[in-house]
Amino acid sequence: MTENKPPLDPNLKALESEAIHIFREVAGEFERPVMLYSVGKDSSVLLHLARKAFYPGPIPFPLLHVDTGWKFAEMIAFRDRMVAEFDLELVAHTNPRGSLENVTPFTHGSSVYTNIMKTEALRQALDAGQYDAAFGGARRDEEASRAKERIYSFRTPDHRWDPRNQRPELWSIYNGMIRKGESVRAFPLSNWTEVDIWRYIQAENIPIVPLYFAAERPVVERDGMLILAEDKRLELLPGEVKRRETIRFRTLGCFPLTGAIRSGATTLDEIIEELETATVSERQGRAIDRDEAGSMEKKKREGYF
Amino acid sequence: MSATVETAVRSQVETDAAIRNGRPLRLITCGSVDDGKSTLIGRLLWDTKAVKEDQAAALKGQKSIQQNELGLPDFALLLDGLQAEREQGITIDVAYRYFSTDKRSFIVADTPGHEQYTRNMATGASTADLAVLLVDARAGLLEQTRRHATIASLMGIRQFVLAVNKIDLVDYDRSIFEHIATEFRQLALSLGVTNVTPIPVSALLGENVVHSGHKSMPWYSGPPLIEALELATQRTAQAVGFRLPVQRVSRPNESFRGYQGTVAGGSVKPGDSVVILPSGTVANVRQIVTFDLVRNAAVAGDAITLVLDRPVDVARGDMIASVDAAPVSGLAFDAKLVALSEDAIAPGKRYWLKSSSRRQRVRVEPQSVLDLKSGRWGETESLPLNAIGKVHLTFDETAIFDPYEANRETGAFILIDPDTNNTVAGGMITAKSGRIDGIGTGAKDRVLISLPADIADELLASEAFATLRDQIEIRRVSGQEARAVLDTLD
Repeated sequence: MTENKPPLDPNLKALESEAIHIFREVAGEFERPVMLYSVGKDSSVLLHLARKAFYPGPIPFPLLHVDTGWKFAEMIAFRDRMVAEFDLELVAHTNPRGSLENVTPFTHGSSVYTNIMKTEALRQALDAGQYDAAFGGARRDEEASRAKERIYSFRTPDHRWDPRNQRPELWSIYNGMIRKGESVRAFPLSNWTEVDIWRYIQAENIPIVPLYFAAERPVVERDGMLILAEDKRLELLPGEVKRRETIRFRTLGCFPLTGAIRSGATTLDEIIEELETATVSERQGRAIDRDEAGSMEKKKREGYF
Repeated sequence: MSATVETAVRSQVETDAAIRNGRPLRLITCGSVDDGKSTLIGRLLWDTKAVKEDQAAALKGQKSIQQNELGLPDFALLLDGLQAEREQGITIDVAYRYFSTDKRSFIVADTPGHEQYTRNMATGASTADLAVLLVDARAGLLEQTRRHATIASLMGIRQFVLAVNKIDLVDYDRSIFEHIATEFRQLALSLGVTNVTPIPVSALLGENVVHSGHKSMPWYSGPPLIEALELATQRTAQAVGFRLPVQRVSRPNESFRGYQGTVAGGSVKPGDSVVILPSGTVANVRQIVTFDLVRNAAVAGDAITLVLDRPVDVARGDMIASVDAAPVSGLAFDAKLVALSEDAIAPGKRYWLKSSSRRQRVRVEPQSVLDLKSGRWGETESLPLNAIGKVHLTFDETAIFDPYEANRETGAFILIDPDTNNTVAGGMITAKSGRIDGIGTGAKDRVLISLPADIADELLASEAFATLRDQIEIRRVSGQEARAVLDTLD
């Protein structure tokens, strides 16, 4: 419990209440929910909201982290700290094909790699847990195909999303009826924007991975992106030079596929100010979105979050 | 004198701050591709800087995509997120857009204008506080304008903005704008909507959208679209009786038992007397618990955990409500329905009905269907896709509702087909049904009732009969004559 905190502004309070409503509705309606926890800022907000929704009880479902093996080291350390601090039940899953077939972002290209280590891994983990509902932190303002996704997003037994055949969703009444094997992805943050996320993190004092704050870090420039050069597995290509720059990340994924931005923002106030004057979207730093137009929709159809 | 001015200035500042910190205004845009709807929304996003450079660049990178003559990206392509739409060039579903100004943030339900997508419009309108209706200044009001306005009003929207677009293509002609505006006001009035703001707009040139169009239209003294949206009001469900649909019972340990849900109307504070429905048990509120603190009050929209002062039987799907202003419980209700499915809503078929957190079996009997062209209701026995109808609902177990007009949360429901699990209709409760189940077997049957004259007077004066009077035949007779007439039947 936090004390002496000023009340939330009505905009954030409305978004918070809606998210809590969705959490409770899914928990009340489904037998085996799980929460996808990617350790990023949206996941941090999602985790905080889940704790609020079920207080004074514990979160009544496990967290699932699909670990590609290529996450930033600081993300894994942060994840383990959160699990210990809030006494969470965490299921971490890595696709065994990663080490068996040596699937890496360098050898297989971002598209094949993402398909195997993220999408396929997620399907494996969801099947293994026999989960009938999975919470995700996706927001509709992130990307065009997400703008049309429902709050309860129906998936077939093989986890496919059919954008042409979505259930109508009226008012705040959600249809949670499914057959055995089918599932629903639930998105409590659907109506949040990136600025809302940061303002909420600030208002609620939510812990986040330090990589979001600017610091001097080793980087290399590759394909127009600034890649963090801390992990020993990153081999420099001919002509690439490691140098130190003051950078931070707007989103966090797999380190070889996530571009940093040059920024001096070391506080939440500075991040929010930077964001309000930003001229590019947050997914600009994500290599996997740039493979081709409509690539997010394609991945989503196959079961990606 | 100066003190008064100062006060006025200060209260203006306070009002601005209050709006800026308010919850997002939800609106729906209605119109077709030809009216320039995508251009209008694209313009709103572009001029409020909600579209970022890389998103525009991704569009420019696609060779097949054309930019408009102003060098701006093709707004329609920016909006149509799905591949199927890019391929077909039409909007097929509801998309949600987000933008904000210094004063307020906005959520736009962007829905297609084609007739076959009435269901998507109904979906978008279900949560909207305001509808922006778009017409082409060259074409004026169309049949679809009437259709969109009717659906919007049916779904409970009471504020309309009429954007008369492409005003540049009629040489900014004031008389054309005013003619369309007058015609639309009459249409809105016939639907019971009095809050109408007509605005002459050129979405392509960005006039009267975010920036003023005063240079081209000095005769127009009203606000640009964005200002009208900033000033719009939001409906609150705070003035009605307290409602808490129970989503979950929280029992983390032996000593704590709390009922979790989102307040769907009114307000509550410790000490208040509440009734639990459908059981009818009465209790008092002991505590309102949230993660942050134990609160001394909660209002509509708040997600809370309620602790009562005595052990009572409460389960998910129950409703906790104020004792002195409880919702209506019953086994039969009248409702309006929007059919959302390829499979028609069939008479006598049993569906799942979900309202708030309560799900139960229901039998649906369609009574009449709305002709969107004429605005008239005609008899029907089933409701095909996109039809709007009046229905009777009958339940096996007690149902709990408010009329939709009084409370949008507790008066709305969806129907789920038990064969497909699909959501097949959205509905709005009009009233508890006066029908005694079993008397009528079909919509065309007539029932003769012999009543004492004073009871008949009272019945006919009641609200339930207000709209039905022309369907009722009345003869005043003596008790003996009534008996004789009834005896001639079996």
